Amino acid sequence: MTGKSKRRPRAPRQQNGDAEFFELRLYIAGQTSRSLAALTNLKRICEEHLQGRYRIEVIDLLQHPQLARGDQILALPTLVRKLPEPIRKLVGDLSDTERALVGLDLRPLRPAKA
Amino acid sequence: MPRESVSRPVPKAPTGIQGLDEITGGGLPRGRPTLVCGGPGCGKTILGMEFLMNGARRYDEPGVFMSFEESVEDLTLNFASLGFDPRPLSARKKLSLDYVRIEPSEIYETGEYNLDGLFIRLEHAIDAIGAKRVVLDTIETLFSGLSDTRVLRAELRRLFNWLRTKGVTAIVTGERGNEGMTRHGLEEYLTDCVILLDHRVVEQNATRRLRVVKYRGSPHGANESPFFIDTSGISVLPITSLGLQHRVSNGRLSAGISGLDEMLGGKGYLRASSILVSGSAGTGKTSVAGYFVDAACRRGESALYFAFEESAAQIVRNLQSIGLDLEPWLRKGLLQIQAERATTSGLEGHLSGMHRLIEENRPRVVVVDPISNLISVGTSVEVRAMLARLIDFMKVKQTTALFSSLTVDENPEATDIGISSFMDTWLVLRNNEVNGERNRTLNVLKSRGMAHSNQVREFVLTRDGLKLVDMVRDRHGRVAFGSRRAARSASTTGNGARRRSNGR
Repeated sequence: MTGKSKRRPRAPRQQNGDAEFFELRLYIAGQTSRSLAALTNLKRICEEHLQGRYRIEVIDLLQHPQLARGDQILALPTLVRKLPEPIRKLVGDLSDTERALVGLDLRPLRPAKA
Repeated sequence: MPRESVSRPVPKAPTGIQGLDEITGGGLPRGRPTLVCGGPGCGKTILGMEFLMNGARRYDEPGVFMSFEESVEDLTLNFASLGFDPRPLSARKKLSLDYVRIEPSEIYETGEYNLDGLFIRLEHAIDAIGAKRVVLDTIETLFSGLSDTRVLRAELRRLFNWLRTKGVTAIVTGERGNEGMTRHGLEEYLTDCVILLDHRVVEQNATRRLRVVKYRGSPHGANESPFFIDTSGISVLPITSLGLQHRVSNGRLSAGISGLDEMLGGKGYLRASSILVSGSAGTGKTSVAGYFVDAACRRGESALYFAFEESAAQIVRNLQSIGLDLEPWLRKGLLQIQAERATTSGLEGHLSGMHRLIEENRPRVVVVDPISNLISVGTSVEVRAMLARLIDFMKVKQTTALFSSLTVDENPEATDIGISSFMDTWLVLRNNEVNGERNRTLNVLKSRGMAHSNQVREFVLTRDGLKLVDMVRDRHGRVAFGSRRAARSASTTGNGARRRSNGR
């Protein structure tokens, strides 16, 4: 994963990223504490980094099990970044903010690695 | 099956795979997951798919195939190319294919998770068609996409337990590992039944082996069994014998050669017996086989001839030269000649092919000509095991079988001693070179269950057919062959007549 991030030209990407709209889909299974934690963490991250240019759709697979196939969902919770492309999948409750930001491509890796 | 006083016998779900149900005493443990492991290309996926196809087709048990490696399109094409197209069953909701794609480069782990998504997806697929069978192929792929092995292991354990409570009969495939049975130690969690597949090359012939390593609560064959994959799927060929419980027949059938029937207690071979005809090159083994087949067809019985040395046309032409015409039987469909070089496929391939043809055509008599050519394909321990198996199988089917065996020296009794113990009747053909003539002789070395002749008779191949002629002694008491015999019996009719009456 590290290798892939390093290859990507960071600077121009960040500039583009500022204007891009984020379409996010959070998959959960029922109102478990982990589901709620994931949603809380996601809202916080979005408010801090993507204010006004994001949309969150929450899908409860207990109610719509057929939707697991489309986005190839295995682990829960999973956040799928539908837009901007390419699609990315963030597995887990998003409690590791640093990794979540890397996953959403909102922050370069630690400066030491840049 | 031995009954345990403490536990009830394990209920089983038949796989419908030839031979596998036999080794496992009826199939896989019903309502439980079975681990099938082996290296790449060893047939895990095919085994899983056939288990589901048979379930859907024959046992009214719909199935879910969840692949972690191949897309639904690829799977469909692969299976269609193997002769079973899953699409019609999918359309009838008897089979459901699902591809779980894991793309490690897309996945970022950001906190705690479990595999509920997979559970929900699988449950949805199971419930949608009322599946009773599930295949997960190969679930270890998860380890490439998710790095938290602690979570994965806990989740896999939970998954297998969940499959048990769900009551589905499942096959979970695993890649062979360097240390354990599987790369990620799935055998730790799947302890009900473990089947190991192996694919190796022995003397340039690829051979596949299957072994039931473990089967909790059930006796099972512990040997490695050869198996074979062809257009009808997998056939497992247990090395173990079918047992000697087949019913015996007192029926007799003609050898097609009048002198020979007389030598065999006057009535010919025993029905459902096995006959070995050994001899060196050119002693007339194929002729004896030809007459045997001809006699069967004359009785209106179907015959199957496996030829490993000559083509069908060659056999027919050569037998025509001694006045035996098999052509009409071929045309009528009573006789089928299956000609193949022994080296065209592995030993398992031949046995499995023969098995299948016998099963499909239900011939009353079978010829394998010669069985010795199969020895060039396998080692002789294998040939013997295979032969024992084939003979048992035919006895169960009440089929009479004749095997020819080409021996290199003039002492066939020594060469074929290994296989002769499976045989009920053993005919030995010899070439005798005396006085500038080469003459053939035949004698019955053994024939179980009948009073047979102990005479050596001269065996004459003429344009009008095959004849067995009494041996005649010359005035020094030596056996006279060929033209000497002819001259002798013409002059001393009295002696000849006496000898003949002894033989009959």
